[in-house]
Parts: sequence; structure tokens; C-alpha cells
Amino acid sequence: MNGAQMLLAAPEFWVLVMACVIMIVDLFLREERRGIIHMLAMLTVIFAAIITLRADYLVDGVQSVTAFKNSFIRDPMGDVLKVFSFVIMGLVFTYSKFYLRSFKLFRADFYTLSLFALLGVMLLISANSMLMIYLGLELISLSVYALVAFDRDSGRGSESAMKYFVLGSMASGMLLYGMSMIYGATGSLVLPDIAEAIHAQGSDDILLVFGLVFVVVGIAFKFGVVPFHMWIPDVYEGAPPATVLFISSVPKLAAFAMAYRFLSSGLGDLHIHWQAMLASLAVLSIVLGNLAAIMQTNIKRMLAYSTISHMGFVMLGLLPGTSFGFGASMYYVIVYGVMSVASFGMVILLSARGVEAEHLNDFKGLNQRNPFYAAIMGLVMFSMAGVPPMVGFFAKLMVLKAVVEAGMMWLAITAVVFAVIGAFYYLRVIKYMYFDEPENETTITAPVDFGAALTLNGIMILGLGVFSSSLIAICMTSFGA
Amino acid sequence: MMNGTMNGFLLSILIWLPLLGSVAVMVAGAHRPTMAKGLALLISSAAFLLGLPLFFSFDTSTAAMQFVELRPWIETFNIQYYLGVDGFSAPLILLTLFFGVLVVIAGWRSIQKNVNQYMAAFLVMEGLMIGVFCALDGLLFYVFFEAMLIPMFLVIGIWGGPRRVYATIKFFLYTFLGSVFMLIGLIYLYIQSGTWDILAWHEMPLSFNAQKWLFLGFLAAFAVKIPMFPVHTWLPDAHVEAPTGGSVILAAIMLKIGGYGFIRFSLPITPDASAALDWLVIGLSLIAVVYIGFVALAQQDMKKLIAYSSISHMGFVTLGLFIAFAIYRNTGGVSGAALGVEGAMVQMISHGFISGALFLTVGVLYDRVHSRMIKDYGGVANTMPWFALFAVFFLMANSGLPGTSGFVGEFMVILSSFQANFWFAFLAALTLILGAAYSLWLAKRVIFGAVTNREVQNLQDINSREALVLGTLAVAILVVGLWPQPLVDMLQASVDHLLQHIVQSKVI
Repeated sequence: MNGAQMLLAAPEFWVLVMACVIMIVDLFLREERRGIIHMLAMLTVIFAAIITLRADYLVDGVQSVTAFKNSFIRDPMGDVLKVFSFVIMGLVFTYSKFYLRSFKLFRADFYTLSLFALLGVMLLISANSMLMIYLGLELISLSVYALVAFDRDSGRGSESAMKYFVLGSMASGMLLYGMSMIYGATGSLVLPDIAEAIHAQGSDDILLVFGLVFVVVGIAFKFGVVPFHMWIPDVYEGAPPATVLFISSVPKLAAFAMAYRFLSSGLGDLHIHWQAMLASLAVLSIVLGNLAAIMQTNIKRMLAYSTISHMGFVMLGLLPGTSFGFGASMYYVIVYGVMSVASFGMVILLSARGVEAEHLNDFKGLNQRNPFYAAIMGLVMFSMAGVPPMVGFFAKLMVLKAVVEAGMMWLAITAVVFAVIGAFYYLRVIKYMYFDEPENETTITAPVDFGAALTLNGIMILGLGVFSSSLIAICMTSFGA
Repeated sequence: MMNGTMNGFLLSILIWLPLLGSVAVMVAGAHRPTMAKGLALLISSAAFLLGLPLFFSFDTSTAAMQFVELRPWIETFNIQYYLGVDGFSAPLILLTLFFGVLVVIAGWRSIQKNVNQYMAAFLVMEGLMIGVFCALDGLLFYVFFEAMLIPMFLVIGIWGGPRRVYATIKFFLYTFLGSVFMLIGLIYLYIQSGTWDILAWHEMPLSFNAQKWLFLGFLAAFAVKIPMFPVHTWLPDAHVEAPTGGSVILAAIMLKIGGYGFIRFSLPITPDASAALDWLVIGLSLIAVVYIGFVALAQQDMKKLIAYSSISHMGFVTLGLFIAFAIYRNTGGVSGAALGVEGAMVQMISHGFISGALFLTVGVLYDRVHSRMIKDYGGVANTMPWFALFAVFFLMANSGLPGTSGFVGEFMVILSSFQANFWFAFLAALTLILGAAYSLWLAKRVIFGAVTNREVQNLQDINSREALVLGTLAVAILVVGLWPQPLVDMLQASVDHLLQHIVQSKVI
């Protein structure tokens, strides 16, 4: 291991060090000065983004560099995903501070755990071997289990953490099982070596296909697509919204990276097999996610099912296996992260004074209480429904293009029909905000940084749509499309 | 030269002035309704005046696109910000600009709640609708086409009647469902051609099978929008629940987008499929004209009656467009077909004025009595003589009285359908009777006769603001009715170009 290799992983080291620093600093802080912790965490993500952007490994047309015996890879795709993870993380911290403060949960553990989870996300994004994938995945999962149960007096929180833990461990077990089969069939843990081995021996090895099934299960669990979605609604409902902010956004970026690295870089020759699996996962998620969301009256559960259907779209982008498809999928997952934090930011905004906003009714008459925040939520909802010119539309457009290009017209038609059905529940939120009279006339107050972050988030949803050119270009060039 | 440079940005100005202006109205007009209204009036009038060169500097001798703007937008995807107008879109843009001003004036008194948002929503709608008519890039068109639903959804939902939530969600989902099929069609065209340029798609050869599916995709989008039987059911609900301004824009402009879509997409991109499936559209149009005419006769609610009358009149538009294929088959030439297509366009403009005027007249009564039911009125002419004059005039125009614009378009289409099939013409001509029946019967029940109740007894005649709005529309209807030549001149070159285009097979 030399210095140059260490430098490639500089953002990871920085986040690791800062997570530890925050843990130690907290020991010496009095309760009322805990704001410093928040600032340190923000500093961490900002600098992490800067360090990532100042990458100088891309010289002479080098597309990617590996380190640590090929188990760590640094490439433009990973950098883009990491930078967006940092941006979203910044929003997550800003929104959660308000929540944690008003629910008297403002403790440093939240930041430490979140940063460790973020580290897991970064490792997973840069993973180039099955070992690294597993380590990254487990680092995320273990931190998140604790985060879900963060409010230790909440029975629902503990219950959903337990549920998540049991299901998550099972999924990890399956993933490990699949990995061991693939290792057995190819004799390597490093993804490119696996690809080479498969190429040499042909792809009709029954052991490989079996391994693939379990790997896909692991990936599907991480995305939360049907039928591996059971944990999502319960966790979204039971966990503190500050945690849900994180769960629903950043790890999805990592899940995308994991799916791409595993399926394309490692098991690319098994495309024909995983395509069919992803297609059924995608259709099931889009259909069930949208239909189930219609029946929810709890905003968090509704958003949970909406996540499921969105992840179905991400699967759609992955399944053609083309570089355009991967680019589209990556764009979708980033866009989804941005939309999702905004929606839970709104949930936090409305859960003032120690009472959580749970029901759609809490959104009633928001336009009359505060037209500005209502407009932002409106942008988010229309964007999730896929109405132009919001960014959610462009994401759907790219995925659909990838699917149509691959000749899977019926898949595209199913997806859009259910997207229209899904539009209904997003419109219902708008209906509550704009067409109904408020039940609760209290004014909505939020700290300045919260308001600024939400505004920025709203601008991103509109701006990344109208000026979608650059982000699409970045996603596409990451895959050389 | 000054003029020349401005023309290079004219369409962008027309789109973005109302769009950005709406932000100003939202911010400056918060808690200050008069400010919001004044600013909205200023912006929409400015847009109207700036748009006049579309008429005066329009070159009627060419079918080529004018006032073109072309900039890259999403380069990785080859999507362009490509605007331009021809004889089909220029009149519709002018119509949009005209109504942009009228709805602001019409909503002056009747809107009391969230005035700034109301005015802003209408400005946004105006900008987006103009965008729909100028977009020459398929995706840009789609973006405007869909984005337009958002302000209308809010307008019906916030300021609408008691069943507004049902009506507006139905409106949104119907239109959304129709247009996603078109989206898949557009993506397919892009993958085949590598460009989103609509004009390039016009030239692109396509297999018959592909054309057939594309045609059906476009049909799904535009048939819902225009709307055609049997996907028209959202329209009466939306109209009844929408506030007056919303109904006016819906009837006068949004329905035209469906007709425009047929002209811009279905006919030139999929001519062979259009020719092969013309029976479908003609059949549905004739059902709309006749059956919906009868349905209109049975209505108890004035707005519903006008809504059904709109569907019936829009049947003429689709009829006029698609009989072109039948005429070409019968006569081997396109000269007869030109009359039908021109008639369809004239009908769109004319129906814009007339239906807008009718909804405004109902709005005048509704503002006073807060009822749309026919039975609540009777003998209005006794207390509102000026109003009665306008209302009867508009109803006459709606039934196609010669001298009004309503006559010109319908007459052209009927005349042209004789060359296609006698029975088409016969059924279409029935509308002259049906239209007269439901329009004049409405006039009899609402306007004439003895005063039936106290509410009507206490009615105040229209004020000068309302007289201005209705008077302007009456003049517009008369001008198009008596002197349609300038409008037909604008259309001529584009219609000929379209017809030359669609009779050539594109099958490879």
C-alpha cells in the first residue's frame, strides 16, 4: 500500500476521521453548545465534496484507477454519485437538525452514525470486489439499524428497527450465499477477474446462475423493490423522519452503484439471466408500489410505496444493460434522492412542537398557511408524478428511452400507465394543500437554514429539470454513452 | 433592422414574458389583490401588443416556418429549443394572446380568494400554451403540452365549484393518460431518426406498422384533448366546475391544442396510417356532431350545455381534417380537401371566440345569481337588455348564423364533405339544425319570456367592464364571419403544403 493509493481514498479517510473526531469532541461539549457538532458534520460533507472534486487521477484518458489490491475503484461514475451523496447528506443534516431539536433528540450519536453510514455508502460506491461490497453494505446497514431505533423511547421505532434488522440480516445472508457460489465458480473476489473467468468458461454454469439469483435478491433488498420491499413502509413509518431522510435517499445511490458494479462489471456475461429477473422486479414494483400508495392515508407510508415504484423505474433503466440505460438509471436515482429528501423535509417542517406530521390531513390548507412551502411541496409532488418541466419527468424520459431502445415496448407502456395511476396520489397531496381548508391555523416556523435548504432543494427540482442538460451529460459520460 | 432583430426573439418573449411575469405577480401581489390584477393586465396586454407582428409581419406566401429560433437545450439527447410558426400556429397564438387579456379582465371582480395566485396561474398557462403552438421540437412540445395541465389543475381545484376536486383530478388523469402514449411514440420517433425535430419527422419514411401504432398514440393524446367521443367525458365536468376564466381558456384554447396536434403530428408524420384509419376518426367525429348535439339538447345546466356544444363543434374540426383522405381517394386531387382543412382551422378560431364568449356570458349571470341551472332563469331580457343582446348574438353565432364566424367554418367543412361522401355531409349538416335547436331553446328559456323569479327581477345589467369584454368578442366574431379573407390567407400556403405532404406515401 503506497501513498498514491491512500490518496485515491482520501474522501473516505476524511469522512472516517471526522466521524471519529465528532464522537470525541462531543464528550467535551456542554449540551447547549452541541450546535458545533452540526457544523462539524456539515463541514465534513462540504470538504468531502471538495476533495472528491479535486481528483487528479484522470490523466491521459485514464477512465478508472484501482487501489488496495483491486478491491477499491475510483472512477467518474463513483465520483458523481459521491458528490451527490454529499449534497443530499448536507440537506439531510440541515433538515434533521430542526427535527432533532424540536423532538429533544439532538445528540451527537445521530451525526456519528450518519457519517459512518455515509462512509459505508462511499465504500459501496467504490467497491470493486465482493468483499468490499459486503463491507460497505454492512457498514450502512448496521449504522442504519441503530439510527432507526434512535428514539429509544419510541416503541414503534424499536419495533421497526427489529423488523429491519431481521429482514436485513437475512438479505445479507442471501447475498453472502450468492457471493460464495460465485466465488466457488470463478475463484475470485475481484469483480473484473470474475468477469474474465466467466468469459473464459461460458455463462451457462448452473452454479453461477444460482449465485446470481441470490446476488439479485441482495440488491433488490437494498433497493427495496417488490417482493423484497416489506421493510420499507414499516421502517418509514416507525423510524424518526430524520433517519428516513437518510434511508430514503443516499443508500439508494449506493445501491445503484452496487447493482452496476456487480451486474455489469462482474456478471455482465450473465446479462440475459439478470435482465429477466430485473424486468419482473421492475414491473412488480411499479404496479404494486403505485397501487398500494393510493390506499395510504399516512404520508410516510405513501411516500414509502412511492419509493418502491420509483425504484422499479431505476430497475427499468438497469435492465437493458446498455451504457445509456445505466446513465439513465443513475440520473434517476440521483434525481430521486433529491426529490425524496425534499418530501421528508416537508414532513419534518409540518411536524412542529413535538407532534409528528403523519397524516395526509396535516397538509390540509397548507397553501393558506404558507404559500411558499406549499409551492415547494407542489413542485416535489409534480416532479415525482413525472410532469414536465420538473426533473422527475426527465428522469422517467431517459429510462423510458433506454427501455424503448432495447425493444421492450410493453415494459415501457406498462410503466407509463402505472405512472399515470400513481399520479393520482401525488395529486391528492396537492389537493390537500391547495383545495382544502386548513384544520390547523398555526403559522409554520422554521430556522433560516432549514428554509434556505428547502428553497435550494426546490430550485434543484425545477432547475435540474429545465437545465437538465449538464447533469444528464455528466451521467452519460460516466458510462461513455 | 430593429424590427428584424426583435423578430428573432419574438416567440421567446411571448412565452417567457407571461411565465416570468407570473412570478412578479405572485410576489408583488401577495396580500395586494389590486396590484396583482393590475400587473397581470399589464403583462398580458404587453404580450398581446408584442404579438401583433405575428399578424402584420407574417409572410402569407410561404409555408416555411417563420420567426424561427433554434438553440441547443439538452445536447446529449439532441433536444433543441426550437420555435417557429406557420399558418396553422400563428392564428392560434394570436387567439391565445387575445384571450390572455380577456380572462384577466373577466376575473377582475369574481375572484376574491388568492387573487395573486389566480392571475399568476393564468399567465403561466398563457405562456405555456403559446409554447405548445410554437414548439418545433417534439420534446419541447411535450414539455409545454404537459406542463400546461398544472396551472389548469390548480385553477379548477382552487377556484372551482362544489365538485371541483373530482372534476380536476379527472381532467388531469384523463389528459395525462392520453399523452403518455404519445410520449412513447415521440421516444420511438427519436430513436428511429436521432432527432426531435418535428419537421424532420414529417419527411421521415416509416413502415406502415410503425405508423399505425404512432397514429394510435397520437390519437390517444389529441382525441382526449380536443375531445372526441368517447373520451370526452372529462370536459363537461371540468367546464361545469371551473371558474369562468378557466372554462374560457379550456374551451377557447386548450381544446384547439388537440386539433393543432392532429395537424402538426398525426397527419404529416403518419399520413398512411391516417389515410387507412380515417374511417375511425370520421366516424367518431360524426357521432360527436350528431349524438353529442342531442345530448346538449337535454342539458339542464348552461355550462354543461355549452360544453357539449363544444364537443359537437370540435367534431367538425376532426371531420374537416380527415375527410381530406376520402376526398383524395375520390377525386385524385387535393383542391377539394384544402377547403375541408381550412374550414377546420377557421372553425377552431371561430369556436375559440364563440365558446369563450358563451362561457363569459354564463359567467356574467353566475356572478349575479350563483346558479348555472336553466330553470333558475327566465325573462332575463327584461332586466338585462344589453346583456340579452350579446347573449342572443353569441347563441346565434353558436348555431352557425351566416355573417358570424360560426357559419364560415362549418359551411366550408360541410361543402367539402360533399366531395367525400354525401352522407358525411348530410350528417354534418344536421348540426345546423341541432345547434340552432339547443342554442335558441336555451335563449328562449333563459333570456326571453316573462320574469320568473325574484332573483331575475333584481338583476343589474352588465357594467362597462363586462360590456367591453363581450363587445370585443362580438366584434371579433363578426369580423371573422364577414371578412375571413385575412385568416384564410394566413392559412392558405400552409394548408397546401400540408396536403401535398400527406398524399405522398411515406411507407418504405
